This record gives sequence, C-alpha cells and structure tokens, in this order.
Amino acid sequence: MFKVFTAFVKKEIFHIVRDTRTLYILFGMPLVLVLIFGFTISNEFKGASLTVYNAANDELSKNLVEKIKSSGHFNLVSNTHSISQLEEEFKAGTVKIGLVIPPNFELDFRKNKSTSIQIITDATEPNYATTLTSYASRMIKQFQLEHSGLQQVPFSISIETRMLYNPKLLGAYNFVPGVVALILMLTCAMMTSLTIAREKELGTMDLLLVSPLPPLLIIIGKVTPYAILSFISAVMVFILGYLVFDVPVIGSIGLLLASTFLYLVVALSLGVFISTKAKSQQVAMVVSMFALMLPTMLLSGFIFPIESMPDVLQFISRIVPAKYFILVEKSVMLKGAGLLSVYKQILVLFLMLFILLIATYKNFKVVYNK
Amino acid sequence: MNNNLAIQTKNLTKKFGDFTAVNAITFDVSKGEIFGFLGANGAGKTTAIKMLNGLSKPTSGIATVAGFDVNTETEKIKKNIGYMSQKFSLYEDLSIWQNIRFYGGIYGLKRFELKLKKQEIADKLELGSRLNKVVADLPLGWKQKLAFAVANIHQPKIIFLDEPTGGVDPATRRQFWEMIYEAADNGTTIFVTTHYMDEAEYCNRISIMVDGRIDALGSPKELKQEFKSATMNDVFLKLARN
Repeated sequence: MFKVFTAFVKKEIFHIVRDTRTLYILFGMPLVLVLIFGFTISNEFKGASLTVYNAANDELSKNLVEKIKSSGHFNLVSNTHSISQLEEEFKAGTVKIGLVIPPNFELDFRKNKSTSIQIITDATEPNYATTLTSYASRMIKQFQLEHSGLQQVPFSISIETRMLYNPKLLGAYNFVPGVVALILMLTCAMMTSLTIAREKELGTMDLLLVSPLPPLLIIIGKVTPYAILSFISAVMVFILGYLVFDVPVIGSIGLLLASTFLYLVVALSLGVFISTKAKSQQVAMVVSMFALMLPTMLLSGFIFPIESMPDVLQFISRIVPAKYFILVEKSVMLKGAGLLSVYKQILVLFLMLFILLIATYKNFKVVYNK
Repeated sequence: MNNNLAIQTKNLTKKFGDFTAVNAITFDVSKGEIFGFLGANGAGKTTAIKMLNGLSKPTSGIATVAGFDVNTETEKIKKNIGYMSQKFSLYEDLSIWQNIRFYGGIYGLKRFELKLKKQEIADKLELGSRLNKVVADLPLGWKQKLAFAVANIHQPKIIFLDEPTGGVDPATRRQFWEMIYEAADNGTTIFVTTHYMDEAEYCNRISIMVDGRIDALGSPKELKQEFKSATMNDVFLKLARN
C-alpha cells in the first residue's frame, strides 16, 4: 500500500513541477506578500507633506514651524497665505496636513493668554490622518512646554507608556503571523480544492475511483505534497520575518511549528471539503476565494481589529480558523507563551478539524458512493 | 454460477428517488466476448456501468463481475477490471512514461513489470522515442490508443470502455478496434458503449437500452433479423422511437 501511495505522491509532484504556476503561488506569493506588507503597512511615517498658513509670521511661530520641519516626520512643501489657498492644496492632493497659525501668535502666547493652532488633515485616509494629527499635536505641546519660560507648572502628572511585546510598534510583528495564516489558507485549501476539482473535471477521478485505491488514499495522496510544500513555505515566511523584519520567536519553536501544522491540516480539510462540493476548478477557485481568502484577511484580526467590528461580524469571525491561529502565533512568537496560555485556541482548531473531517467524509460518501 | 461468464446480472435496478435510471436489467457476458452496450443518451448506460464497476450500489437486483458480487465485493472487482471513460482520461500534463508508471503503480505493478509494459506499449503504438513527451502533444487518436493500453496495463479480466472512440477519425477507430480484438483474443472480456453503429457491428453481441430497460439483446445479425432492418442504425432508430 505504501508503494501505491508513493506512486501517487510522485505523480502529484510531477504535476506541480510541470505547472510552474503552482510553485510561484507556493513560494513566490509568500515572498511578495511579506515584502509588500512589510514595506507598505507601517505605523511610522516620514516626510508627510505639510503646508503652513502662518498668519502671524513672527519669531515664535517661525520657530515652531522650524521645529516641526526638523523632526523629519514632516516635509514642508509649501507656505500658503490664505485658508482658501490651503484648501486648494488639499484638493490637489499635494499636502496631507496643514497648520494654521493665527495672527498675533507670539503676542497672545507671551502675554499668557491662550492662543490656538489649527491642524487640518486629509481624512480620506483616516488612519494616516489620525497618526499625523497625534504626531503634530505632540510636537506642539512640547514646543509649548519649552517656550512657556520659567513659569513652573505647580504640579504635574507624568504619563509613562509602555508598549508591551512590540515596543517599537513595528507593523511586522502583526503582519508576519497574519501572512503565514493567509498563505497556508491559500496554498493548502485553494490548491487542494483545485487539484481535486481538476481530476473531476478531466474525468481522471473516475479512473482513480475505479482502481483498487481506497478513496481515502486518493485524497491523502493528493494533499500530502501540498501539505509539505505549504509547510516549507510557512517556515520560509517565519525566517524571512526574522531576518528582514526582526520578528522574533520568543516562545517555543516546536510549539509554533506544531500549531502551524495543525492549522495547515485544518486548511487542507477545508480544501478537500470544498472539492467534494465543487464540480469544476472555477467553482473551487471562486469558493476558496470568497469563503476562505477574504474572511482570513478581513475577519481574522489580521488587518482589522475584531474588537471594533459590529457584533454580526465578530460572531462570524469565531468560525474563521485563522483568527485562532494568529492568536497562537502572536502569543508564542511575541509573548513567549507556552501551551498553557494557548491551549484554548488549539482546542478550537482541533474541534474545527474534527467537524470538517466528519462533514467531508459524509459528503465524500454521498458524492462517490451513490 | 457459470464459470464461463464474465458478467452476470439479474434484475439489476438503480433508483434515484422516484426516477428509475436502470430498470431490472438482466444479461450475461461470456469470457472473451466483445459486448456492445448501446442506448441513447440518458438511457441509463453510465449508471449501469457504474454499478458494474463498484462505484454505485444497486437499489435492488444482483450482479457479479469477474465472479465477484457488486454488492459486497467491490474491492475485488476493482482489481480485476480496467476502465476507459468517454472523457479522455490520462494526465495531459504528464509524459507518456509518467502516465504508464502512475497507472501501473496504482495497480501494484512491480518495477520490472513496468519496464516490460513500457516497452510493450511503445512497440505496439510505435511510440519510438516519444515516451517522454507530454501526452497533451499527441494526436487524439493516439491518446485514445494509449488510454486503452493503460486501461489494459494490469491485464484485467474485463475492460469497460465508455464511448472510447468519440471524436476519433474512422481510420484510427479501425486501429482502435484492432486493439480491442487483440485483447479479446487474449481472453479479455470487452464491455463497450458506443454511439457509432458501424462499431456495433464489430461486437459479438449487443444490448440496446431504452429508458432504463434492455429492449434488445443478441448478435448484430440476430437483431437485424428480429427488427427486419438492413443496418444496425435502423434497429437502433426503431427501438429509440417506440
């Protein structure tokens, strides 16, 4: 039986080697995804285009503008001379943030009356706008402290923040686990559902079923090569994350790989489940895309925090395997958590696997033994 | 049970809900016989073949294939039959040799047996150095002949051919039938479905299915006499119209 199995795996590997697209998807796509996410998704920014409408144009306001410029976070692209001119700049899209300094800025400030500065941002990109605003206001507050002279504030509350597990707020800490979850879902589930659907479409499935091979062996033989390749691909992403983006694995590597393998098997069974339903490769493709890829990206907490979703989506997110896997990954990689801290998520994944296997087996019987 | 029979069915029936796809068919096929299994599209041929192949459980009735019961011994049946479907069923993206090795492998052929088969098939189909070519590059006729050779690779007792010559030119069909005759001469039973009435004439005996029943059964000559027709085509049309 083992010989038959190896004959099967060999044949599947021939398919993969012949069709280089498969290899691109298995190894090229993770690479590209990691690099794209790595260099685009980032909470830090540099050189945001800034415009200043300085109605005061006095010593103090010039100092302020200079300070903001010299931080490196902002790039002063223009000086505007009226509010309408400033609006034009925003409409043209040449600036992302604008500062409006009122007339008599220094006078108001020095005489210790209050004065105000307006920060205007382009909120078509809400996250970016919020980040810009908070950077700019922090700098203005600092400036205020420095220039309020000798007047001592009678008492002060100093706030000390500590960002746990990701002190530098690196985006990579979030997206490397996410990309691994996404990649495994894509390669395992989509590829297996496609390859089984292809056999059905071509009619070779009939031949396999007529042969003495037990159906279970057909399925295992078909998915094994994809499982191995996907696992290698996932390990590649972890290594890439470590080397290029300094994403550490603080916890046990064994636990990380074991949970990765568990998630991979869940994804595989999802793929097989889809393939028992789908009659053609196209159907398998579309179903995998919408039923697997989108939820994995959007409802797993990978890109958007689950806590801020409406209740319905939060509820749906509970059946997305990636949600649990990403939690495990992050806990093990970034917090150094052991099995005791993540056993709940792992149990959920096991439960999902169990349900999927039963459903697949039932379906398989319906499809092939009617 | 008669030892000279390759296939034996009695009142074999398959129902899908209210619909009766195969309605109590009864027939025998002798060893080494070329048995034509005819019928219009939707007459129930494919369902009947599926039951005989062990892919589908009969609703009622009994049947044995190569001496094994289709209800209980499907695993043994599968070891003793070869199958070639109406869809071309080799892997187009693999080479001829890879296909041979794969199908030989799943039927448990040993390494030296595979080598022998490879040589045999290459000689028979005059493949020469094309063994490492991708199947997709072969002309359709050649593919069909190769598929037949592969279905025969484990020397099964019975080969099921489901419309094996669809879309193939007459000359290649002729060659294909020569291969069928050769296999039959070696004692292999051939169970073949076709839409080509000239091919029906090549069979030793034929059955014609209409609406799930077998309405005619006999040698081409007998059937032509029975239905007072000059050709098999007329026999078929007379049956299909009623």
